[in-house]
Amino acid sequence: MTVKTTAGRYGRALRSSVVLHAVMAVGGLIMALYLVAHMYGNLKIFSGQAAFDGYSSYLRTIGEPLLPYSGALWILRVVLLVSVGAHIYAAFVLWHRARAATGGKGGWRYQTTRNRRGVQRSYASFTMRWGGIVILLFVIYHLLHLTANVIAPGGASESPYERMINGFSIWWVVLSYVIALIALGFHLRHGVWSAFASLGANTSVVRRRRLNQLAYAVTIVIIGGFLIPPVSILMGWVR
Amino acid sequence: MNITLRIWRQQNHDDQGRMVSYGVDDISPDMSFLEMLDVLNEQLTLTGDDPVAFDHDCREGICGMCSLMINGLAHGPEALTATCQLHMRHFADGDVIDIEPWRSNAFPVIKDLIVDRSALDRIVQAGGYISAPTGSAPDANTTSVARKDADRAFDGAACISCGACVAACPNGSASLFLGAKITHLGSLPQGQPERDSRAVSMTAQHDAEGFGGCTQIGECTAVCPAGIPLDMISQLNHDVLSGLTQPGGQ
Repeated sequence: MTVKTTAGRYGRALRSSVVLHAVMAVGGLIMALYLVAHMYGNLKIFSGQAAFDGYSSYLRTIGEPLLPYSGALWILRVVLLVSVGAHIYAAFVLWHRARAATGGKGGWRYQTTRNRRGVQRSYASFTMRWGGIVILLFVIYHLLHLTANVIAPGGASESPYERMINGFSIWWVVLSYVIALIALGFHLRHGVWSAFASLGANTSVVRRRRLNQLAYAVTIVIIGGFLIPPVSILMGWVR
Repeated sequence: MNITLRIWRQQNHDDQGRMVSYGVDDISPDMSFLEMLDVLNEQLTLTGDDPVAFDHDCREGICGMCSLMINGLAHGPEALTATCQLHMRHFADGDVIDIEPWRSNAFPVIKDLIVDRSALDRIVQAGGYISAPTGSAPDANTTSVARKDADRAFDGAACISCGACVAACPNGSASLFLGAKITHLGSLPQGQPERDSRAVSMTAQHDAEGFGGCTQIGECTAVCPAGIPLDMISQLNHDVLSGLTQPGGQ
């Protein structure tokens, strides 16, 4: 079982869990940065239909005439798609390795039923994998709803502003988004901190506390920012 | 104290294994956990039964031989305490205590509570050394080490390689062990020449042994009898990533 050659060790380390976690971390942080931008754009709903729809069409003209129409947006989409793909690929390989290392039972591999929840795990840290799947399913639903408008509860529209108003005037649409955002919040809470730790940034006990505080701050800003527009629309504060 | 023990019994690696209940009476609260098991084994020997096999050596918390999953916690309920330093006073009269071996695919069960932890030795063999010139002993203080670095190295060197981190990890990862070894040698000037190749080689061996990856949950640090901090895993990640990207890192 000993890895003998130097090249063999190098190759093995290149495919190691450490590297996969770094890949997952970079992909995740890119997506988190995107979420901040996306959240900021959503808040323009409070500036009225002209501003919101104008912002939406502006996004397609970024970089013109250097880039073609929608060019910047497609570059962003490709970057996000690669990030999502790498993130999910790494997650599944690591999930498989963790199962193989523990006989497929993870933290439940002992006969005793005591202390199955461990000592210091958090709800967030233990729901990263299934929580991630929930988020993936939500993203598909969300793209079909507000990007492609294939799913159009409350009525389809060419105007992004109207799509948003139509959708979030319905209580169960808002509820589905709130549930997904809670799942996303837990994922970000552990994900942001552990991404930095995976990349080697956790250098001391103090730094560990700071990175965890950062994760909380990022989570609160992103989730809070995303919750405000749908809830405001449902309450009738934005029409 | 009268205690009921539910112990994992397994004849050998190929045996299925099962939990078996035993009663031990008149246990002194001042006995260590292993002394309590000694009492049980005397009883079993007198009645002609097979004594429970468990690992132990120094019984003062420095050798790393003792193990045991006690009520689902590696080294039992006390923090910063190896099983050999755990005393029966932390349990109550009439308690039922579940005792199991470390569980990991890289730690095959040899018998009862004894597992083969050679995988950790092979990780150390892959790079846990420094190259030092032979000859007469160097003068003291020829290589100055900053106090901060010396402390850091010593904190890593405190790892006794017991494998509790693996036993507690939901991913079956030995990252805390690996991080301690990497930090120990990587913090000292004497460890710098092999710093990159050490991180790369030991990580390659860690994964080849079938240990899982680290998801930064921290269960390992909660059970570690030597108090290895979680940031040593991040040090490991840092050294591996920089080792892989150095020119000539291979």
